[in-house]
Amino acid sequence: MIPLSNYLVLGAALFCLSVAGIFINRKNVIVLLMCIELMLLAVNMNFIAFSHYLGDLTGQVFVFFILTVAAAESAIGLAILVVVFRNRRTINVVDLNAMKG
Amino acid sequence: MNMIDYIGALPEILLLALLCVVLLVGVFSTDEDQNAAYWLAQFALLAVFVANTNIGARTRLVLFDGMYIRDSMAIVLKDFILAFAIIGLVYARDYLRARRIVSAEFYVLALMAILGMMVLVSAGSLLTVYLGLELLSLSLYAMVAMHRNSAAASEAAMKYFVVGALASGLLLYGISMLYGITGSVDIGIVRNALAGSGGNPLATYALVFIVAGVAFKLGAVPFHMWIPDVYEGAPTAVTMFIATAPKITAFAMAMRLLVDGLQPLALDWQVMLTWLAVGSMLLGNIVAIVQSNIKRMLAYSTIAHMGFLLLGVLSANTGGYAGAMFYAIVYALMTLGAFGVVMLVAGEGSAEADRILDFKGLAQRSPWFALVMLIMMFSLAGVPPFAGFWAKWFVIKEVIAAGYVWLAGLAVLSSIIGAYYYLQVIRMMYFEQPEYIGEVHASGDMEIALSANGVAVLLLGVMPGLLMAVCIAAMRG
Repeated sequence: MIPLSNYLVLGAALFCLSVAGIFINRKNVIVLLMCIELMLLAVNMNFIAFSHYLGDLTGQVFVFFILTVAAAESAIGLAILVVVFRNRRTINVVDLNAMKG
Repeated sequence: MNMIDYIGALPEILLLALLCVVLLVGVFSTDEDQNAAYWLAQFALLAVFVANTNIGARTRLVLFDGMYIRDSMAIVLKDFILAFAIIGLVYARDYLRARRIVSAEFYVLALMAILGMMVLVSAGSLLTVYLGLELLSLSLYAMVAMHRNSAAASEAAMKYFVVGALASGLLLYGISMLYGITGSVDIGIVRNALAGSGGNPLATYALVFIVAGVAFKLGAVPFHMWIPDVYEGAPTAVTMFIATAPKITAFAMAMRLLVDGLQPLALDWQVMLTWLAVGSMLLGNIVAIVQSNIKRMLAYSTIAHMGFLLLGVLSANTGGYAGAMFYAIVYALMTLGAFGVVMLVAGEGSAEADRILDFKGLAQRSPWFALVMLIMMFSLAGVPPFAGFWAKWFVIKEVIAAGYVWLAGLAVLSSIIGAYYYLQVIRMMYFEQPEYIGEVHASGDMEIALSANGVAVLLLGVMPGLLMAVCIAAMRG
């Protein structure tokens, strides 16, 4: 049987990758949305691993809620992306700098 | 599941039903100003306010198998959230109408955000915290982006979305670790399990993520970077909405997670909150000085005020929590008034009046509203006898009682620095010649609401005991 720690390390690695992606990425807003999605999936990995090893269903139910909310979140994120593109004709992260101070 | 669950949650259920009606009215209405949707939204808020105040005894009710808690803190905070939302909609209406961005969706999204706040305030389980938070945040992202043709608004919405999603991700990661350690997502069970297990290093690991998530929502340094851009870019009506009720909610979230759930780790989060508070108070007050845009200035002032609010929470006793609750409510009231005047000065045109220079000579153009702004600025600066002074007084008193004398000294110092930029606005209003001639127009209901807002700040300054008694009673049970 695969030990719990392996799943947790996988979850932590995915989580770190996605957070690094959000901070390092300077090119494309869509990649940001992908990173956000990956972050939520990393959390789901944790929940499912814990749920299995604890023999408790709550974690799996929680995952369903996260998946649903993540879908709504992507819908809003993409809608905002369309508005940004219409106004500025670019989705480059470094170009989102009209406000400073 | 029985009937008492549904009766206890009636305010939320009522709000959900009425906001669906507002949505339908918006779809079928051809009225450009959406008057029907506006009045229905106001009616919905009022009805929910009445329901929330009157239903059931003020004892602690735990409903839906522990998912939902209705205690007196929840009732009081929800009442204030609803009341500020009612006043906020009055202020927002003329502004939206003048800029031709009024739509039924604004009201629907505002009501949904309020529903999210009510769920979050009543959360009894980590799942409810998450769902309430997301309902609130997703509505706010859409509201910021509502001004479709404004490049600044869409950029602000994108930044808010990315940072907000990151914050929810951090919070969720912390929740998943807590679930792993304790085997439950019920806040009460989590607390008991943590108290039983004693210094588990994994619990501290989870705590770091949860504190980061809460700090993002409050806007405390170093998780503050979204606040100035969102405040500046969003339409002022939306900025006002974000700056008021969600701050009360963020306080409630801190209470539910840190105090109700993670009390056994209080020594750890006290240290973390101390540094968040120090950073917020100093950075907020210092950077606000150099701002020329009033919305941006108020954004940095928010960061500083959230630092003060954290002082109350980190005292980790009933008096401190009550002080922080007083702070959150008074802060929301003052900011509501300040943004109300900002929207009023922006006037009938489509332009924004968001430079501090636009306030030049306001005292000559409109003595009464200049006086209201003067009260708000003095109160935000913490000058007695206004409400903001007492808010600072209570948290500083508690933080000294908890043994952090140096922190209290720092708080006083930073609020002295902060007084400079508030007084700057007052100087513009009273000692400069106006650039534009002409009266400032306000509709009748806006004039009444803004006056009442100013009087309330003054009244709470004279009699802070009224609200403080409510806060202490709410914290006791």
